[in-house]
Amino acid sequence: MIRMLAPLLVFLGLIGLLLISLPTAEQRRQVTSPLIGREAPNFSLPSLHDPEVSYSTADLRGQPFILNVWGSWCFACRVEHPYITRLGEEAGIPLVGFNWRDERGDALTWLSRFGDAWAFHMVDEEGRAAIDLGVYGAPETFLIDHRGIIRHKHIGPVDQASFDDLMRRINEIRQEAGV
Amino acid sequence: MIAEFGQISLILALILAILLGTVPLWGAYRQNHALMNLAPSLVAGHFVFALAAFLSLATLFLRHDFTVINVATNSNLLLPWYYRISATWGSHEGSLLLWILMLAGWMLAVVVFSRKVLPKVFLTRVLSVMGLISIGFLLFTILTSNPFDRILPGPIDGRDLNPLLQDPGMIFHPPLLYMGYVGFAVAFGFAIAGLLGGRIERDWVRWSRPWTLMAWAFLTGGITLGSWWAYYELGWGGWWFWDPVENASFIPWLLGTALIHSQAVTEKRGAFPAWTVLLAIAAFSTSLLGTFLVRSGVLTSVHAFATDPERGVFILAFMAVVTGAALLLYALRAPRIMTGKGFDFVSRETALLLNNVFFVVSAGMVLLGTLYPLIIDFMGWGQISVGPPYFSAMFILLMTPIVMLMPFGPFTRWGRDEWRRVVAPLVLSLVVAIVAGTVIAAALGAFNLRAVTGWIGGIWLIMGSLSHVWRQKKNSRFKLPRGQLGMAMAHAGAGVFIIGVGMVASMTYERDVRFGPGDTLEVAGYRFHLEEIASVKGPNWIADEGRFTVFRGNREITRMQPQKRLYHRGQQVMTQVALRPGFTHDLYIAMGEPLRDGTGDWSIRVHIKPFVRWIWGGAFLLAIGGLLAASDRRYWRQQRDEAEARAVADGAQPA
Amino acid sequence: MTPTRKKRLAVVGLILLGVSAATAIALTALNDAMRFSIGPSEIVAGDFPEGRQLRLGGLVASGSVHRDTQSLAVNFRVTDCIHEIPVSFNGILPDLFREGQGVIAHGMLDESGMFQAHEVLARHDETYMPPEVERAMALAGGNLVCGEPIEDHLAAVEVAY
Repeated sequence: MIRMLAPLLVFLGLIGLLLISLPTAEQRRQVTSPLIGREAPNFSLPSLHDPEVSYSTADLRGQPFILNVWGSWCFACRVEHPYITRLGEEAGIPLVGFNWRDERGDALTWLSRFGDAWAFHMVDEEGRAAIDLGVYGAPETFLIDHRGIIRHKHIGPVDQASFDDLMRRINEIRQEAGV
Repeated sequence: MIAEFGQISLILALILAILLGTVPLWGAYRQNHALMNLAPSLVAGHFVFALAAFLSLATLFLRHDFTVINVATNSNLLLPWYYRISATWGSHEGSLLLWILMLAGWMLAVVVFSRKVLPKVFLTRVLSVMGLISIGFLLFTILTSNPFDRILPGPIDGRDLNPLLQDPGMIFHPPLLYMGYVGFAVAFGFAIAGLLGGRIERDWVRWSRPWTLMAWAFLTGGITLGSWWAYYELGWGGWWFWDPVENASFIPWLLGTALIHSQAVTEKRGAFPAWTVLLAIAAFSTSLLGTFLVRSGVLTSVHAFATDPERGVFILAFMAVVTGAALLLYALRAPRIMTGKGFDFVSRETALLLNNVFFVVSAGMVLLGTLYPLIIDFMGWGQISVGPPYFSAMFILLMTPIVMLMPFGPFTRWGRDEWRRVVAPLVLSLVVAIVAGTVIAAALGAFNLRAVTGWIGGIWLIMGSLSHVWRQKKNSRFKLPRGQLGMAMAHAGAGVFIIGVGMVASMTYERDVRFGPGDTLEVAGYRFHLEEIASVKGPNWIADEGRFTVFRGNREITRMQPQKRLYHRGQQVMTQVALRPGFTHDLYIAMGEPLRDGTGDWSIRVHIKPFVRWIWGGAFLLAIGGLLAASDRRYWRQQRDEAEARAVADGAQPA
Repeated sequence: MTPTRKKRLAVVGLILLGVSAATAIALTALNDAMRFSIGPSEIVAGDFPEGRQLRLGGLVASGSVHRDTQSLAVNFRVTDCIHEIPVSFNGILPDLFREGQGVIAHGMLDESGMFQAHEVLARHDETYMPPEVERAMALAGGNLVCGEPIEDHLAAVEVAY
């Protein structure tokens, strides 16, 4: 009987090993940004709608804002679009678009098709500012407070749960800033 | 509408699978013929709905329905229709659907070909067990990986199918591979049905042999295609990389190889029945394990699918239930398994036992190397990866005895034999192999250990197979049965394969060189001349194309045009290799990168691969041999005779 | 004990012996073929096994790639945004080798502190970051630049000899 159980025991050991390995795989996916709690890097980027105009993060100092990284090539951005639109309408602070590694034409078509709820869009075609900002991928949503500190970063598309979480944090930040 | 139709089909297939997995099984237990009779119709319905779901997804791809997330993420308007069809199984979700369809197809095949010949109780158990497996996969698909999920309104255009997968090899590789993986579910079903019946009989082993052989042949074909694809598509010129995903398909292959040999012993002599059952369970379980490793993200790999630990948990749980239950059943029932006749040290049984030991140990070694990083990480000794040297070393060590002993197997008698009688007919083959192998290797300028042993081993296997066929023909008035012919072909195929491996391993010329327009490289009697580097445009890509003219002496023999492609969507770069295949060697050119130092030069990879086609040729012979053996009339005709004889006893058989 | 049983025992004994020998050889071979995953900061801290094959993960530092004009020799630095390690390689770099992108280099550290790579791997599209790179970056607390984690379907073409 013991001899017959041996394969089962070996197999259970294997399952155990794999079970233990799964959380590690999970951890690999969850990367926390080291920039949280630090000041947002300063950069100046051209506007999407008008390449002549450029915006810089310094211009926004003094008020909290949401920075949403997106690209027309990014499918998940399409998924989160309804929630981002609601953020633009309900957050009460500026929603800034960070158009990443995209082509202007594609980005504008995308916006006209799905709707543009952002206050304005910065264009980072080369992806250099994204390096400073610690962008891991698109979409990502940053919350930056009135002192220019990155308070929160949401990786991946915003859904109902993360929307509620973002709104709660936004309200905290707004209270601190008194807006 | 089509997506919803596909969705409903999947759910209906699930309902039928649940019915199939429970009702007829209960019928078999209670000897209720009415309930058992339901099984074939349930199988047919299950297949129809699985097919409907699959065709729905294919249609969605063909019609560019980007409101379906799976289509939007894996296809786009520029993708040609044949890649849109193969994109159906190019994603994680779609490949699961293919898996389900294959399982349903195998079940239907068992009904069609074995309904008349298997005892009803046994057939019902086999089908129910397979139905239970199908429940797991259908639930997995519907709950975690639904291919029909929608997004409204859909994007204007889809993302793209990964360019690496936009290739003819990739159209056929996954279906063949899955045919193999899923085919082992039949062997598994037979084994479990045998255990459920409480007795392991030689009969069920015989019934399951052709199915196992077919599954094994498909798996061989699938792995071969994958290797061929990697050779020309990845631009590295290698044919096997010991990547975790490759290993995931190789472990079931090794166990399957052991299984088809141990089934022979159990069928003919009744020996090692418990071992055969265990191997059948292991071959299918490692197929599941492969799925888990590829899709859960616990191991890093080349062509892993969307890795998702949540899916990993599901597959792990599924595997725990399926394999755990099977092994528990084995532990409970195996003591009751019959024991066969005894055998002598020099006997066919011993030969096949040795075969099994080596193949199973090989599978264990590959598994160990694949999972070692997990073990080390678990022990907190850091993160490591295991390099190919480990696998190569282990393989040479374990395969050498297999090659040396292989030709003796068919010449050995069951039960008891004598050394002299076994060795005598092969002396000539051995002498020929050693002499011819050495001479050929030397004549090819490949007088080194690996090439010489490759040639000797290869010729030894081919000669061994030929002399076996010759002796069988001489001793028998009848035509050689297909089983024998298939075996001889497979063994000879292994020989061809070994020659290829030995030559590629020792005589490959490969160099990364700087090339500018007008430059020339002379090597091994060939002269490669780069005329120019041009820009070309394809349906959904643009590329830099190197235009090479290849001379042998002063004669122009071919023009080769390797490309470095940039795909529009996703900005993905891909190397398109230029190949000139040949019987004795391939010429292989891959574009590296522009050197961007103002010279306009490129780094170019030039390979001359001797006998590389023999690797896939040999593997192809293995697969054909397997199919040939599976078609042996003995398996199908005898079943009928016995079934008729058994028809009376059937009703009286205890559950 | 009958002669048959004796013989059978001998067979079983031989098999056991063979299997244990194979296992022993396997463990030795495994030990030799192991490559340790590390990041630049770990190299600087000296926190790695000496004389072993290493698997260095990180980003290609901006402006650090220098090609020899005569050969295929190339030098670059791998960074985790805190420390940088110089890497020397001779051969064809992978398709998506770019500055600011994740790479993995297989090789060893020489006496001068130069990482001699015999193989360089990179991610294959916008949607993937090798876990080692991620880990190296996370350990160092550096920034991360890479593709979309949500859709990382096809991974880097990581091919090893």
